[in-house]
Amino acid sequence: MRNKLINYLNLLNLYPMNLNPLKNLKQKTVSVKFWLNQFGLRVILLLALAFSFSVSQAALLVEITKGADGAVPIAVVPFELTGNTAGLPNVSDIIAADLKRSGKFSPIEKNKLIATPKDLEEVNYKLWRIAGIDHLVIGKLKVIKPDQYEVSFRLVDVFKGVQLLGQQFVANGSNLRSISHRISDLIYEEITGQKGAFNTHIAYVTAVRKQGVQPSYKLQVADTDGFNSITILNSSQPIMSPSWSPDGSKLAYVSFEKRKAEIYIQNIFSQQRTKVTSFAGINGAPVWSPDGKKLALTLSKKGNPDIYVFNLEDKKLRQVTKHWGIDTEPSWTPDGREIVFTSSRSGKPQIYRVSANGGSTKRLTFDGPYNASPEVSSDGRTLVFIQGEGNIFKIASMDLQSGFVQVLTDGPLDESPSFSPNGSMILYASTDKFKGVLAAVSTDGRFKQKLVLSEGDVREPTWGPFRK
Amino acid sequence: MKLTKIVSALMLAGLLAACSPENVKDGDATSNNESQTENQNADGVQTGGLSQDGLQGGTALEGAVVSYEKGAINDANNVLAEKVIYFDFDSDQISEDYQELIAHHGKYLAANPDMSVRLEGHADERGSREYNVALAHRRAQSVRRLVLFQGVNAEQVSIISYGEEKPVALGHDEESWRLNRRVELVYEAR
Repeated sequence: MRNKLINYLNLLNLYPMNLNPLKNLKQKTVSVKFWLNQFGLRVILLLALAFSFSVSQAALLVEITKGADGAVPIAVVPFELTGNTAGLPNVSDIIAADLKRSGKFSPIEKNKLIATPKDLEEVNYKLWRIAGIDHLVIGKLKVIKPDQYEVSFRLVDVFKGVQLLGQQFVANGSNLRSISHRISDLIYEEITGQKGAFNTHIAYVTAVRKQGVQPSYKLQVADTDGFNSITILNSSQPIMSPSWSPDGSKLAYVSFEKRKAEIYIQNIFSQQRTKVTSFAGINGAPVWSPDGKKLALTLSKKGNPDIYVFNLEDKKLRQVTKHWGIDTEPSWTPDGREIVFTSSRSGKPQIYRVSANGGSTKRLTFDGPYNASPEVSSDGRTLVFIQGEGNIFKIASMDLQSGFVQVLTDGPLDESPSFSPNGSMILYASTDKFKGVLAAVSTDGRFKQKLVLSEGDVREPTWGPFRK
Repeated sequence: MKLTKIVSALMLAGLLAACSPENVKDGDATSNNESQTENQNADGVQTGGLSQDGLQGGTALEGAVVSYEKGAINDANNVLAEKVIYFDFDSDQISEDYQELIAHHGKYLAANPDMSVRLEGHADERGSREYNVALAHRRAQSVRRLVLFQGVNAEQVSIISYGEEKPVALGHDEESWRLNRRVELVYEAR
């Protein structure tokens, strides 16, 4: 039981990781005893809840639907394994898959590797240069004691003939995937200059609906490759619009569990949950402000859907838009000063911006009869949204400075776009033979992939922030 | 399909009553009045029932019972047996086909103040989910306005919008979408 709990805490990176990097990272060691003493109450709460969590290990199929030109050729050599590593996640496979999913790398297949060096001294640079490989990742996974492993890796620049990165971590079985994603992040950043977003979470809603059976809706959190999915909420009534708190610890969402729309905030670690609003009519589209102190949301308590800001500290509500048309789907600009939203005030849904304190609005979209579901990138430069015409709905982006619009996907029913925290990818909901699936497209539209989860329709993905 | 549009001479009174200022939405007053006039000229026969997408308009249920007895909502032969109002894509306008039906429901609620109705708004799967919640909410509001016009106590009518979250038809075609763009009237004893 306790093992299960610790596994769970580890999974969420709650339980202190025992990291022993060779450089860059400070050593962090906290005893279990200390942890239990300090957080005893929470642990007891978790013990009570532990039975209700199911952690799935393999439920995902990644299909690259459009490859990118100019991806960096890289070889991730299978890591040298020492000791009994049976049943453990395959670190080098996870790293190769991460890099491939980013669209910026093309890892060569394992069976096409011309050599399998384990140490720097074994690397024959000339051989790899001839093979056209720019970068090489080598590494080791060693059992130190039961459920404790040493993971080390080196990133090598083949042309310069030098090591770019070399680090070592201590992991246990349950955070080995997280460590692998972290290595991917380090490699990605070293080569592209942009922070990696592999070691982050995604949240999404699944729905299983069959004729004659009570539907099942689940709010889930998973790693960015779909593994380690955890059910945050399970309901026979719809769940909608999950939104991450900026610190990545909480989700705000809409639940119809009481046969009306209500907004809740739930801590994904402690599972502790608070009801935020439960007004008559719509309680929808909650989105955290960048400072984490407020929620923008949609209420119809005065009859018509308008945008409000709810202050989570003093619990005060402020109305932002006042219009007879539909106003909904708020998204904050990164400075927290403005809100971009969908409105039907022109007769059809279009995207507008307004000060977070209310006031005059400015229309942003003019192409096509249906533009909705906006999200502003974390650098404030790009708007992503859905663009519809007839029965076809695609993901599009707009450069907010020039107003230039680029259509990124082909539809027919693409929706709920969400930026990765580094802005390089857009996660969205798509369909595959009419089944709801998650998909991602690079911000420039050059690279696309589908992430097919095993069961039910998957919708409303939202990419969490960088882990602190 | 049991979903039928009820149009008969008996209901013209209800139709006229439904043509209320409450129902007139911004800029649409003219077209509403015109279409109502056409129906009156039809002398009890349904005309112009086809909407733009060519899918609306069912068979007229001749001789449906009009009664506002308390149990009437459970009588399959009563006009009140029809409890679903359908809408066009991205529209919260109630087509003239449904105005008299909604008026019957309003009269029933006015005659039975101990009954209440929950108007459940829905949308088809196209477009964004929260926008569809807002759209379906406004569909339910449109129905509510017409119901209240019959002198119904406001507390008797509540609204919940599910947007596209609870489709009745699970297909991904025009017919499924048509069936999913709806407001359902769910009666409850108060």
